[in-house]
Amino acid sequence: MWLQILVTLFVVIILFKLFKQRQADKLSLSSFFAWFILWLIVLVVFWQPNTASYLANFLGIGRGADLIIYLSVIVIFYLLFKIFVRLNKIDKEITKIVREDAIKNVKKN
Amino acid sequence: MKVFVIIPAFNEEARIGQVLTELSDLPYNVVIVDDASTDQTSRAASQFKVTVLRHRINRDQGASLQTGNQYALSQGAEVIVHFDADGQFLVSEIKDIIGPIINNDYDVVFGSRFLAKKSEMPWLKKHFVFPIARLVNWLFFRIKFTDPQSGFRAMSRRAAQKIIIEQDGKAHCSEILSKVFSLKLKAKEVPMTVIYHHFGQNIGGGWKIVKDLLFSKLIK
Repeated sequence: MWLQILVTLFVVIILFKLFKQRQADKLSLSSFFAWFILWLIVLVVFWQPNTASYLANFLGIGRGADLIIYLSVIVIFYLLFKIFVRLNKIDKEITKIVREDAIKNVKKN
Repeated sequence: MKVFVIIPAFNEEARIGQVLTELSDLPYNVVIVDDASTDQTSRAASQFKVTVLRHRINRDQGASLQTGNQYALSQGAEVIVHFDADGQFLVSEIKDIIGPIINNDYDVVFGSRFLAKKSEMPWLKKHFVFPIARLVNWLFFRIKFTDPQSGFRAMSRRAAQKIIIEQDGKAHCSEILSKVFSLKLKAKEVPMTVIYHHFGQNIGGGWKIVKDLLFSKLIK
């Protein structure tokens, strides 16, 4: 019971932040919904662990906890990949800016 | 012929004067790309009749070379030479490396430490590091050249316009080799001498090159 209340509190804080970010237009509508649904699922699973088991059985996985681990790993890897691609892009853009700046401020002796 | 010599330099305050002194008697346009050195590299270079480009943030060697290329092209360069700031290469060999471009219509010429001339290369590098580097180049790009990581090279204007160096780090050597082949440029190797002050790339650096290449393949 205590754990569930703690998690609920945690999720409520996160959802609150999510709403604020959306309001400030820092988050696209699609990623807002993706995160929103993800955290709702967390809530449901903590209050009704049976739902995870039910889904796991439906997908042919033994336990609900296993299903959650599998899904988490997939989501984490996907996010990592996205961050990696993004970082690479930012890196390229920084190089471009640094290069243009260097050429603009050329010093001939 | 307008020949530009590009010298990327990161914290080379102590050594760069030597190279620039030797270059000052020769009819080349020298461009130093100071890669956000934390020492006085730019000031040391400014005492010579050279052009200094300075990166505000360190972007590594490949990025510096591309900056130099881009600048040289904008100044009407007809031949571009990539050289080293710390006196590893011989200034007197620049004429050998640009020769095939000026006289024989080659697009790109690489200096090779494995042809004829004697370079005193550390044993580990010769028998262990380079065979692996060659294997990596072959696996990734199906390239067979004798010197996989040669930093001494020359390219024609046409080649420099086509080869855009996208690998900011040390993987630019393999990248340039691969682009020469995929763009079907006319290339050759000429013998060169290398003086080893220190080991250069260590094994960790070599691993980083492989990693950079792998990731660039993954993303594309």
